[in-house]
This record gives sequence, C-alpha cells and structure tokens, in this order.
Amino acid sequence: MKKRLWLIGLTIVLAMALAACAAPAADAPADDNAAADTEAAGSEDATAEPFRVAIVMPSTITDLAWSQSMYDGLVAVQSEMGGEGAMEIAYSENMFNVADAAAAIRDYAADGYDLVMAHGTQYGNSMFEVATDFPETSFAWGTAIDTGADEGYENVFAYEANAQEGGYVNGVIAAMINQSGVIGVVGPVEAGDAKLYIDGFVAGVKATNPDIDVNISYTGNFGDTALAAEAANTHIKAGADVLTGSAQQVVGAVGVAKEAGVPWLGTQSAQTSLAPDLVIANQLYDWTGTINDMISKINAGELGGTAYVLTLADGGLVVEFNDGYATPDDVKAAAEEAVQGIIDGSITVEME
Amino acid sequence: MNELFTLGVLIGIAHSGVRLATPYLFAALGEMFGQRSGVLNLGVDGIMLMGAFAGFYTVFNTGNLWLGVAAALGVGALMGLLMAVVSVTMQAEQGISGIGLYLFGMGMSSLLFKMLIGSVESVSGFRAVAIPVLSRIPVIGEVFFDQNILTYLAFLMVPLSWFVLNKTTFGLKIRAVGQNPEAADSLGVSVNRVRYATTILGSAMAGLAGASMSIGLLNVFQENMTNGLGFIAVALVYFGGWRPYGILGGALLFSTVSAFQLWIQVLGLPIASDIAVMLPYVLTIVALAVAVRQIQQPAALTKPYERGE
Repeated sequence: MKKRLWLIGLTIVLAMALAACAAPAADAPADDNAAADTEAAGSEDATAEPFRVAIVMPSTITDLAWSQSMYDGLVAVQSEMGGEGAMEIAYSENMFNVADAAAAIRDYAADGYDLVMAHGTQYGNSMFEVATDFPETSFAWGTAIDTGADEGYENVFAYEANAQEGGYVNGVIAAMINQSGVIGVVGPVEAGDAKLYIDGFVAGVKATNPDIDVNISYTGNFGDTALAAEAANTHIKAGADVLTGSAQQVVGAVGVAKEAGVPWLGTQSAQTSLAPDLVIANQLYDWTGTINDMISKINAGELGGTAYVLTLADGGLVVEFNDGYATPDDVKAAAEEAVQGIIDGSITVEME
Repeated sequence: MNELFTLGVLIGIAHSGVRLATPYLFAALGEMFGQRSGVLNLGVDGIMLMGAFAGFYTVFNTGNLWLGVAAALGVGALMGLLMAVVSVTMQAEQGISGIGLYLFGMGMSSLLFKMLIGSVESVSGFRAVAIPVLSRIPVIGEVFFDQNILTYLAFLMVPLSWFVLNKTTFGLKIRAVGQNPEAADSLGVSVNRVRYATTILGSAMAGLAGASMSIGLLNVFQENMTNGLGFIAVALVYFGGWRPYGILGGALLFSTVSAFQLWIQVLGLPIASDIAVMLPYVLTIVALAVAVRQIQQPAALTKPYERGE
C-alpha cells in the first residue's frame, strides 16, 4: 500500500509538471490539444465590438500550405484592421475528421461568430446543414464555387484558388531550369487544389519544352511526410533535377531536395524557409482581398452569395522568386511573360 | 512494364524500402518487448511524435545529432514511465490508457512545437554514410550499406532484440511474465518491475523511431508528422508473431511495397494512383491472412497482474 501511495504521489508530481509545461499556453497565440483544438485569440477590452471570424481547417496554421495560407491572410487582415480589438480569430486545427469539423462549425455558429469558415472541400455538406440553422450567421466554404444560391442559401460565400495558373508559371520555370529532361512532382491526393496545380504545372512544362518527362506520384494522403520524402528520393533517382509538390506533406520532400541539392518550386505558402538556397519560387495564395471583401459585405448586411476565385489577374495569386536562389534572368523573364499571358488571356491553361 | 524490372529501378526500390523501414523497426521492436511482457502500448504514435520533437528541437538548438538522439530516448523513456505507472501500477485498461497517451503525445508535441519553434524549419540531420568495402558489393552494397547511421542501428536492433529476448535472463523473465505471471512471481520474478522495464525500453525506442524521422529521414518537424505510423508499428508486432525476425519481415514487406508503388507512379505505369497507394495495405492484409500462425500471442497480454495474496 505504501508503494501505491508513493506512486500516486509520483503521478501527481508528473501531472503538475505537465500542467506547468502547459501553463504558458494560455498566453501563447496558439494552443493545441490532440485531434481537435479550439483557441480564441482575441481581447475583450476593446470599446467597439470586434468582428469575429472562426475557421475550421484540415491541418494546422503552420502547415506551410493550404491552411497556413488562409490563417496568414486572416492575421494580415487583423493587423490592417487594428489588431485583436478590431478582429477576433478563432481556429480549429487538424479537423481531418468531418464529424469533428461539423461539430466545431456548429459550435462557432452558436457562439455568435460573424463569419464561420469551412476551410476544406470535404466540409461542404456539414456546413450547409449548419447554415440552414443559423441564417443570421455568415459562412464561407473553400475549395468551392458553390454558394448554395440555387438551393436558396443567402448566407454562404465560396472561395477557391486557380492553382493551375501559378502551376503553369512554375512549370515554365521548371522547364527552363531543367537539364536532365525529367521533372518530378510529389502530389498528395489526385483531387481538388492539388490536381489543379499539378495539371497547370504539367501544361507549363509541356508548353515550354514538350520533350521533358514530368513524373507524377501521389502519396494518397495530405500528411504522410515520410512517404512524400521517399517520393522525392524516388523522383531524384529517376533522374529529376527539379521538383515541386503540394500539401503539408511536402515539407518532407523539401527536406530531401535540400539534402540532394535539387531545386524546388513551392505552392500555397512560402516554403523558402526550409531550403533557402534551393527554393526557386513559390506560388503564394493571398486571401486578404477575399477576406476584406467578405467582411465589408457582411458589415453591409450581405451575408453571402459571392464566389471568390484567386487569380494572377486579381493579385490573389502571386509567383514570388526567392532571392536566395540565383535564378537566371531569362527564366525570370519567361515566368513574367507567362504571368502576363495568363492575365491578358493570350495563354489559357489547358486542363486535362 | 519492362522498365520497372531494370536493375537500377529494383535497386532503387530496395534502397527506399530499407530506408523507409527504419522508424517501423525501432517502434515495432520496442513495442514487442512490452507486449511480450504483457503490456499493450497503443501510445506508440504519440511517443514517436514526442521523440521526433525532442530530437529535432535539441538538434535545432545545439546542432549535436547524438544529443538529439539522447533527448529522444529520454523523452520516450519518460512517456514509457507514464504509461507504466498508469497501466502497470494503476492497472488501467491498457487499450484506453494507450490511446490516451497517444493523444497526449500528439497534443503536447504540437503545443511545444508552436511555443518553442512556431514554424516548420529544417535541420541538418544524419547523412547517408557508405560503409567502406561493404558498400562496394554490387547490388547489396548499394541497397544496405549506403544508408544513414540510424538505419544501420535499426537493422542491428533486430538480432540484438532476438538475442536479448531468447538468450538472456532478462529475456527469459520477459517471456515468463508475459506468458504466466503467477508462475514467474512464485519464482521470485517481480512482474511489475519487468513490465516497467519493457514499457520504458519500448517507449525509448519509439522515441528514437520518431527521431529517426525528424533528424534522419526528413530533417524537419511538423505537427503530427508520423501520420499514424506508430499504429502500423503496433500492427507489425502482431504481423511478426511477436518475434524480431517476423517484425523485420513485416516491416520490409510493407516498406518495400510502399517504395514499389511510388516507382509505379513515377514511371507512369498505367495504374491509377488510388490503386497504387492501396498496395502496401492490401498486400499486408493478404500476407497476414495466408501466413500460417505458429505463435500465439503472449497469454497475459493486456492483463494487469494482481498478486493473489
């Protein structure tokens, strides 16, 4: 019995140590627990009511990809508007389970948020269900073009990125850097945003040099970092001397590219930090225009009905070169030409 | 189809398979020790995440890879101590406490990552080291002897685990405690002490499995980067019949087929990517179904031991 008491004591000490570890989290901008987490980063001492946004996302705000692109946009808008007193951001990460996401969307709506964002194609059905029950709350859904207007919804926005446009530009860049005749693509799942990007990328390569082989592999997953790394290894063994890829798993692939000294083209968020010498350029999603427009519409009483598309033309998509990689001027010129061509319509990105 | 069966591609598949097997081997061999003594630890994935973070964070700050390995082992061992306190001493339901430990490890590693690092960074991890002479052997040399040090270590753990389990007193105690704890106890073996030792050892190895990813194979840390790999490691223990060489076979089968399906896609063979990514799982299930099971699971697995005094 004595022994058991001692162990219970030990457990309590352990628990306290853990609590001590966790304590600073209350002040940190981000908190996390297990599969689901909910954290409000707002302050209540502002005089005016802050605009309250909640977002439910499939991965994390630090995924260097889809989820981070939107979170960074929200934070940028927040600081434009005057900080936490003017706009409150709440988020739920790692909602790969749609049932959990549905619960979170409902909770945010019930909690009186002005705008609830369902940041994943898979959340559509759940979100429309909640949108029926909360007609006074505004919802946003992406990747999607359907605001539900046909079914009578007036409180739903939709958003997506024309990922194929920057994909095409990245493809042009890759084709010009390429010397081996082989380019590798580390894809997640053959659908949605990733497929748009990859199709555009292939089109860009082929338009520049039809003789280059573009090898594409999918891991069947958005988060399998280890398999994505091995996919990058495989591409390099198969002769690829330029790589690209999509989704949060590519951090594994960028790591491999860095070790092997193979240049990388990023998309969704800036992936330069992982390989400062080898990332040539990133297609960046800038959602601030979309977010600002939704907020001003909501403040004017218009709760939905608009479908937003990020394009190169409207500045929502930007292909940004990394200064740490010495990109030849003719490559930059060709990329710029492709951007202009897509904007003025002289280049149309052929999709499969 | 012919281009798939060139020597270069086959070597590529085998090389990738060996490398990919690394975290599975560490985690599954560690889990095997716990299970042979009667403790099912389902928290492997969470422990791996904690180990991956501890290893990465240490290397990120000090640049010392072996210090990173030590940190991963230490954090893994602490997680194992927690598991042992809860499931051996407190006698909590092992399945439940393991899942709890998994969720704790996943949440805690994410929290620490956000507090201490904040964005995805990379470090310079273990590089491939070609072993002199051996790496010159055609085919085999390229496949086995041009890997990073943690991969060599993972494969060395297989005979080592076999030896510990079958040829040492400690191994005998582990098997006795997992098969018939009452008998072991009556012979003066402390059941709980053995289970503490195996759970902590197994968890330290799970921590190392995580580090083998974050500072060996990938050289980045990302939240939930193991993506359920720890659960496959638990399945491999069953698959391998609780024997080190069985686990080696299972790990290599799974990882080689994973590498194989990547090549199928890279070579552009006319197989839908959805089918290709299913292959490792389907083949593993098929192999499990047709394999003749000779060894029963440890009789006392998942059963806490209460002395009948």
